[in-house]
Amino acid sequence: MTARVQVPKQAKRGEVIEIRIAIQHPMETGFRLDDGGRAITKNVVNKFTCRYNGIEIFRAEMGSGIAANPLLDFFTVADVSGELVFDWIDDEGQTGSERVALTVTG
Amino acid sequence: MIKILSRRGFLAQLLALCAWPFAAARGADADSVEVMVFRVTGGATVQPGRVKLDLPVLADNGNSVSLKVSVDSPMSAASYVKSIHIYAARNPRPNVANFYLGPRAGRAQVSTRVRLGGSQRVLAVAALSDGSFWSATADVVVTLSACYDAT
Amino acid sequence: MTAGLLRHGALALLFALTGASHAQRAAAQPQPLKSGLEFTGAEVRELQHDDFANPGMLWAARGETLWQEAAGREAKSCASCHGDAKTSMQGVATRYPRIDAGSARLINLEGRIRQCRELRQQAELFKYESAELLGLTAYVAQQSRGMPMKTVIDWQNRHNFEAGRAMYYRRMGQMNLSCAQCHQENWGKKLGPETISQGHSVAYPIYRLEWQAMGSLHRRFRSCQSGVRAELLPQGSPEFLDLELYLAWRAGNLPIETPGVRR
Repeated sequence: MTARVQVPKQAKRGEVIEIRIAIQHPMETGFRLDDGGRAITKNVVNKFTCRYNGIEIFRAEMGSGIAANPLLDFFTVADVSGELVFDWIDDEGQTGSERVALTVTG
Repeated sequence: MIKILSRRGFLAQLLALCAWPFAAARGADADSVEVMVFRVTGGATVQPGRVKLDLPVLADNGNSVSLKVSVDSPMSAASYVKSIHIYAARNPRPNVANFYLGPRAGRAQVSTRVRLGGSQRVLAVAALSDGSFWSATADVVVTLSACYDAT
Repeated sequence: MTAGLLRHGALALLFALTGASHAQRAAAQPQPLKSGLEFTGAEVRELQHDDFANPGMLWAARGETLWQEAAGREAKSCASCHGDAKTSMQGVATRYPRIDAGSARLINLEGRIRQCRELRQQAELFKYESAELLGLTAYVAQQSRGMPMKTVIDWQNRHNFEAGRAMYYRRMGQMNLSCAQCHQENWGKKLGPETISQGHSVAYPIYRLEWQAMGSLHRRFRSCQSGVRAELLPQGSPEFLDLELYLAWRAGNLPIETPGVRR
């Protein structure tokens, strides 16, 4: 799954930083009908987590009420340098993952 | 808006909860927003305030509506937002999303894009670490596209 | 017989003259020229201007990856011939659609990418509306973002231009409406809850909220045809290419906005 992440390259210790992630996913609702009139099976990214040096700092449970190609924008406190790991999974069991290095000064 | 539950209201909710196994058979989507919120709060009072829910007054298209929810909280180890729950009562699945934060969030603010199935009032309920619950609503007008699109 | 011919000739001349001036009036670019963004809500504008939140960027990012990907018999990528797209593709989208030297036919960006893929990379063709073709087209056009359209109508493409203009003014479908009736004569007015735009092509491919995905200009043509209950032509059809040329001219010097966001 294509995903784009926006995280500041570096931050000061204690600084609140903004994290943004855009995931390419149709978030199929299960209500749309195909040309034959059959409902297209529901398939949405239902769970998303962000771990900062292994500790979960944000989690989202999502449904078909989240728009296609979901965008999530949240915050965390820059603690120590390390890695932000993003993981998500959809109804079909397809997983996606991104990791970004974060440099914390001071 | 979630009213403070009177005893009658509480009994009505209890009755609704007893109907839960049947509702579960139909799927949790069939529950009313009140029941969904009850499952989060356990019946505790939900007070309007401290939560800010930003949505456009008129959505360009119901398929994608920008939403920003924030909670007035120091986000310290002693006092922080545990979770934020978003509900759109006129959607086929009213519980749009649940966000789980914590003291490491720094700021209790989440932005995303939601689908709205029609003009409605969107509700955000925040659960705080001290066991209190706060809410905010926002009214959005959603219109259909002018032309039929078969593509 | 000569008198009849003379009269016929005179009538024909009169018709041609009045016809030409009518076409000139009708074929004028809308004044003032306005981007589609001026007819949407603030939210769509903000989405397009936010390079991260713009969902079309997901497709453009794919395009950027594909640009570097070796493919075909010679395992060549776009970059093998064209180098860094940021320099080599700058300004390219402002000159499309154009006459392809080899075939002497009109070709648009999608067509050119498909042609390169098939003839020069000798790789599998990308289907119209595929994520790959949309991604590459968006990525290439994005390199001209902010640059004004530079469409030139000359002896080579004049017949395409006129065919495109004729189509623009031709009523179609069960609703018997032409493009011009909405986008030339009634832009700025309401159609249901929406404000009709001038219908320019400078932002394409776009992320359309209605589609919940990125789509091409020709898909948008098909949407309009479906809206008036007309027969849908396929992407890449000669009629759509002619129409695309007319639209490129009609946009005057409006800047490229790709990847655009529309409702």
